Amino acid sequence: MQEPAITEELIEAHGIKPDEYARILQILNREPTFTELGIFSAMWNEHCSYKSSKIHLKTLPTSGPQVICGPGENAGVVDIGDGQAVVFKMESHNHPSYIEPYQGAATGVGGILRDVFTMGARPIAAMNSLSFGEKDHAKTRRLVHGVVEGVGGYGNCFGVPTVGGEVRFHPAYNGNCLVNAFAAGLADADKIFYSAASGIGMPVVYLGAKTGRDGVGGATMASAEFDETIEEKRPTVQVGDPFTEKRLMEATLELMQTGAVISIQDMGAAGLTCSAVEMGDKGGLGVRLDLEKVPQRERNMTAYEMMLSESQERMLMVLDPAKEAQAKAVFDKWDLDFAIVGETIEEDRFLIVHNGEVKADMPLSRLSSSAPEYDRPWEPSEPAAELADVPQIDPIDGLKALIASPNYCSREWVYEQYDSQVMADTLRIPGFGSGVIRVHGTDKKLAFTSDVTPRYVKANPVEGGKQAVAEAYRNLTAVGALPLATTDNLNFGNPEKPEIMGQFVEALRGIGEACSALDMPIVSGNVSLYNETDGQGILPTPTIGAVGLIAADEEPILGYARDGHVLLMVGRTGSHLGQSALLAEVFNREDGDAPAVDLAEEKRNGAFIRANREWIKCCTDLSDGGLALAAFEMAEASGVGVQLDSDDTATLFGEDQGRYLIACSFDAAEALMIAAGQADVSIETVGRFQGDSVKLGGSEAPLSELSEIYRGSFGAAFG
Amino acid sequence: MKAAVIVFPGSNCDRDLAEGFRKAGLDVQMVWHKDTALPSGIDIVGIPGGFSFGDYLRCGAIAANSPICNEVKTHAERGGYAFGVCNGFQVLTETKILPGALLRNAGLKYICRTVGLNVAESQSVFTRGYEAGETIRIPIAHHDGNYTADAATLDQLEAEDRVAFRYTDNPNGSDRDIAGILSSNRRVLGMMPHPERACDPAQGNEDGARLFAHLTAALAEA
Repeated sequence: MQEPAITEELIEAHGIKPDEYARILQILNREPTFTELGIFSAMWNEHCSYKSSKIHLKTLPTSGPQVICGPGENAGVVDIGDGQAVVFKMESHNHPSYIEPYQGAATGVGGILRDVFTMGARPIAAMNSLSFGEKDHAKTRRLVHGVVEGVGGYGNCFGVPTVGGEVRFHPAYNGNCLVNAFAAGLADADKIFYSAASGIGMPVVYLGAKTGRDGVGGATMASAEFDETIEEKRPTVQVGDPFTEKRLMEATLELMQTGAVISIQDMGAAGLTCSAVEMGDKGGLGVRLDLEKVPQRERNMTAYEMMLSESQERMLMVLDPAKEAQAKAVFDKWDLDFAIVGETIEEDRFLIVHNGEVKADMPLSRLSSSAPEYDRPWEPSEPAAELADVPQIDPIDGLKALIASPNYCSREWVYEQYDSQVMADTLRIPGFGSGVIRVHGTDKKLAFTSDVTPRYVKANPVEGGKQAVAEAYRNLTAVGALPLATTDNLNFGNPEKPEIMGQFVEALRGIGEACSALDMPIVSGNVSLYNETDGQGILPTPTIGAVGLIAADEEPILGYARDGHVLLMVGRTGSHLGQSALLAEVFNREDGDAPAVDLAEEKRNGAFIRANREWIKCCTDLSDGGLALAAFEMAEASGVGVQLDSDDTATLFGEDQGRYLIACSFDAAEALMIAAGQADVSIETVGRFQGDSVKLGGSEAPLSELSEIYRGSFGAAFG
Repeated sequence: MKAAVIVFPGSNCDRDLAEGFRKAGLDVQMVWHKDTALPSGIDIVGIPGGFSFGDYLRCGAIAANSPICNEVKTHAERGGYAFGVCNGFQVLTETKILPGALLRNAGLKYICRTVGLNVAESQSVFTRGYEAGETIRIPIAHHDGNYTADAATLDQLEAEDRVAFRYTDNPNGSDRDIAGILSSNRRVLGMMPHPERACDPAQGNEDGARLFAHLTAALAEA
């Protein structure tokens, strides 16, 4: 087949900038072939190369005594004691989900699960953070249905419990929804598998599903802004098959037991190209691939198509040749394709041969380690507009507005479509704070949360970045878990705009400071830039996924409030209404600064909660909607009425940080007050649980009426 | 006492079902779908939940034609005990060991939720730990749990007292609120809800553990 000539248009269509093309000419000392151009475009696009973000990501804290493996591998690995490790990562699948919501979201889940089991870990928990446009936007309903069904369709079939997540709506996502998928797995700490190849002349083995033309150019698409031609991009979205992935996972874990696997890398973005280059580059080796040996689903596929295909459920590995027969037996058992498609070579060379013809021959290390890196110009964000007066409102009216909003009503409609209990170790399903699962066969528990408040990040990227981490810290703490580590999924607009790059740089600074102060190093993550449509960027959305540990001899805080319980607030009484949920939902305003985060106080208050768990029946952090919404959610989950003493709008709905609500008996409240005094922690009684109504100061409504609004609003809006 | 748990590609509650049996004191042997014989000396066959063969074609349809299912059929025809949960119930209907079929949920969405079940009979080895008429709480997690059969079959099931569980608040459109049914010899139970997910005090619900405990005791007497 005649390959197209390399023209300026073709180079541009591959998203390669003129200076980058000059670099290609210099590396090769000649014009690239069509296949080589495709490979460069796949490796050097933003999605795979992190070329705009790399220099800033290096500033993040990534180490600590608990960290076994930080960023750079398929997923981060964190020690949880007794020779066990939790392996986790969060990754975006934003662009594909906007184009084809079901398959985009499904393959996002598939990709992150593969990252986890590629490391040798069996997935044990999943979460997803979803951001959609405004409720009434023409595309929103279809996206919500498609994405939720896609997430469920993949995760449910695969058999991993979905234990948490977020769903938000804001006009800034009208043209770019966000789908951030998190997965965590469990492994033996001394049996983690990495991607670095080793040994010369070792067989490079292809496993899993066959290669088709789906997703060709997908990673390049994910690195470009959208415009009205978006529908034309549909063929670049991959199609997922969770049944194959489930078999691939079982077979991979079984294969790892045989000792045959030297190194392994899943085929995600840029498929065969990216996985082969990663393995070679990390191992300091070259790779030769003979493409006619690749299992193919379609006829007459070209080298270009095979190298860029993003067909799902595929793995590449370097195998111990002595154990080839054993390995093949495992894959035959699971009816999966298994083929030796190449070998490791000594020279720094990426050699692609198809039916005896050399299609690409390039220095391998220059594709990855020496990919372009930019220090893009950025400007500090403008300080947010000062908060104008906020009038007092009837507190129950304010609460009703929040719980009727798709942003703060119950997410039951969503999470009931996810299997949250498969594997039979789920101790807390989604709906109220962190998800909690037991580490199978032990008394240890792991807690999972995902958090970010994009409107804070927009108003004040540094404090907003800190807040995302602090809220994750609090959500883990509220179930009694010690926060261990973090994964970050950084979703921003076009980095070529200095103000967007400024948001990125400053948010990262806040995240880094908070992760250091709260001892939650970042062990994995993903950057998604160019989330813009027609020049309109999303809210800066650095999603923080975090994992906490509840030791075998520690009780989780998973109880409920009872009639007669006292309601205590840990942390200082506040009145910060800038960028609050109330302001947005009731007054349709987004003015004022984001609340400031005092990291020392966060740490002190968190330690207090964990140390005094024996007195605490039920606990939640204060975040969106402040005291009023947190108290309502606790009452609603517990099925008992609540009364708050204050009727001041700012006291009830202010979103000051570092705060928790506790339900406990009167005697326990006394003990907590004494302990708080000793620990220099602010604590006060703010109300009590009683009866069957919600009373905020002098304003009152039956719990059942509010509960109906809270539980029914999501379905009413989208069902 | 010994149970065999069948593993199809795509089964994902196989470990959960095995643990349910084990916690009640049974020895468990996992059996691969390509096997052509059940292990000797087993007292019950468990068919787990999940997505056997990806739910492709129809839920349970491909699994029902796998080699081991011939053996399960023979085992049931000989009067052996069998217990299918969720996808396992779908497999039991596809093999015709139990009558009827499981269609897509009436609301067309997957549902994961803990629901109320009315224990409709307490005379089988599976249900004798419950009082007839008692309400228990057991999680469901399925996309295709809408039990359907022709009127004559439904009448017969009721006349022979073979409805084991009924939903108290029908979540999926099942005919006559049916959540689980027994074979005519009462030795095979298929049910959509997952009792193996309600076996642990840490999860705050042990309504499912009673099924496994009494089943084990009954098998020991049998």
